[in-house]
Amino acid sequence: MYTNIVELKGVSKCFGDYKALETIDLTIQNGEFITLLGPSGCGKTTILRLISGLEKPDTGHIFINGQDVTDWPPEHRHLNMVFQSYALFPHMTVFENIAFGLRCRKIAKNEIVERVEEILRIVKLTKLAQRKPDQLSGGQQQRVAIARAVVNRPLVLLLDEPLSALDYNLRKDMQVELKQLQRKLGVTFVFVTHDQEEALSMSDRVAVMNEGHIEQLGTPRDVYEEPANLYVAEFIGETNVFETKVIRSDKQTVEVKVEDKRFTFKNKRGLKTRQEVCVTVRPEDLAVWRQEEVGEVSDDMLPGKVEQVIYKGSIVELVVRLESNKRIYATEFFNEDDEKLDYQIGERVWVNWIPGWEVILPV
Amino acid sequence: MGELDSGVGGYFAGMKNNSSFKKICVTVVWSWLFIFAMVPVLLTLITSFLTADSSSLVVFKPTLQNYTQLFNSAYLKILLQSLYLATSCTLLCLIIGYPFAFTIARSKSRHRALLLLLVMIPFWTSSLIRTYAIMALIKAKGILNTVLLAIGLIHHPLSILYSYSAVLLGCVYDLLPFMILPLYGNIEKLNPDLLEAAQDLGAGKIRTMVKVVFPLTMPGIIAGTLLVFLPAMTMFYIPVLLGGAKNLLLGNLIENQFLSANNWPMGAAISMLITVFMGAMILLYWRNAQSKDKQNLQELV
Repeated sequence: MYTNIVELKGVSKCFGDYKALETIDLTIQNGEFITLLGPSGCGKTTILRLISGLEKPDTGHIFINGQDVTDWPPEHRHLNMVFQSYALFPHMTVFENIAFGLRCRKIAKNEIVERVEEILRIVKLTKLAQRKPDQLSGGQQQRVAIARAVVNRPLVLLLDEPLSALDYNLRKDMQVELKQLQRKLGVTFVFVTHDQEEALSMSDRVAVMNEGHIEQLGTPRDVYEEPANLYVAEFIGETNVFETKVIRSDKQTVEVKVEDKRFTFKNKRGLKTRQEVCVTVRPEDLAVWRQEEVGEVSDDMLPGKVEQVIYKGSIVELVVRLESNKRIYATEFFNEDDEKLDYQIGERVWVNWIPGWEVILPV
Repeated sequence: MGELDSGVGGYFAGMKNNSSFKKICVTVVWSWLFIFAMVPVLLTLITSFLTADSSSLVVFKPTLQNYTQLFNSAYLKILLQSLYLATSCTLLCLIIGYPFAFTIARSKSRHRALLLLLVMIPFWTSSLIRTYAIMALIKAKGILNTVLLAIGLIHHPLSILYSYSAVLLGCVYDLLPFMILPLYGNIEKLNPDLLEAAQDLGAGKIRTMVKVVFPLTMPGIIAGTLLVFLPAMTMFYIPVLLGGAKNLLLGNLIENQFLSANNWPMGAAISMLITVFMGAMILLYWRNAQSKDKQNLQELV
């Protein structure tokens, strides 16, 4: 087994005049859970269909387990796909649906029964084996779709937004189940979603996509804490963006103006003087201070007024209007011995963050 | 009917006087069906039990003779011939129609409208006139023979007209749209993901067709089969025009009994036989569909 189970080299794809996928390179490692994340039309499903063989690339080559499979039809690639619509065969029982792939490969009857029963146990559907798909709930259908793919022991399992049709609670449960299943089977999962929370919580690596190319590929922590560019920063989670210009820079530090105050930050990305940049800070990294908490106003504090208070149980979300009329979002966590989180609308507050928690991105 | 009632009622629930509107609609439809469908069938049924008379067509003398005569070997032969023609016609329509319907349903939507139009254009002309057109095509000095002779493919004109093949050709040509349209409706609803899923699971084209596409489009196949088979059983002008006098079929037999032999009760009896036969086929299909529903329902409970 190769470590690089799937490799896309210089692959591109057009549909008519529409460029679905720019030239991309992507390497997927054996056994990892990789997520292709992006808004609809970003090309994530196209990548999945190219790997599966349901589409052919216009340029480039696709390798699976070290072999060039670019011209192979789907039925020879030994991968399986879980469709967004599940695509269960409505005229077959759960058992027949799951056995379909094995029968196509002419596996002995008793082995088929054995393997289908084993997978039914794993997805907890043994009792429903003789039901038809339309007699199952959405979550059960979802599990049949996964079982039908996994039972073939594919090299890679491709999942096209498999959880998008489920309601919130079921989706949460299925996320955990899917992750457990992937660990148990040790199969490579390529998962497509537009839900960033899903992507962050399940994946080993996330590829953030936009308009047919990959903006960033990295661990969930990387893409959240060290976004490669403004698109990634804004797409993953919420963030406050201050557009500004570099006043002065050297190898270690960079000086910028945020809300008419001068800040000196570490220069992690080799920014140059007069370069247009964005200073981004996550809402949860912002500290909001009330008038009485602030003894002496320090230089890094931005004054503002509370515009909205959104109570969410364990957290409070604040919308603060700064003096420049810019609106920013801040999230405050409840602390057991902290009862000060009682903000009033219109109240004067001060906002700051711990230097180094900001991310400065070139525009 | 109850289902329809509540559906219509629900739709017009916001309307004033909706109950009287509903009543008028239902009454009009039922009166229409009663006067123009039920009454003629009842009249035929009654006639079939009466005795023929040369001067006054029918006399009120109840008899079963019309039916017992049907078991005459000459009539049975005609019945078998008709069944044979209807079956071959249906099979041919299915073999030609299925790939055609599949292609239309899977083509791009802008081409689809045009292809469907091509299927429906023949409906704009009377089928009798189209049958004469076929005669012009296939007769000894017709267009087909002229072309084939001109390009040297044949040396003597083919005698297709007035043969069984000509009748079959005419029936298939006339009834093909009735096969294609229900098939198209069914195949078009087929979720394309299912075909991709089959392919993804390792099924080749033939297996996908046999195991996935055919079973799922079975309602369309059955509907198309009924729509072709039943009219094919009683076709009468096509066998006359294209088959000459040689091929006597059920439709011609009925026509003869009414128009030439002046034996209305006999014609009525043959008509009733076919009506019962067709009714039985539809009932069988309906029962089958219903028991499947029930089975599903029971499993669900």
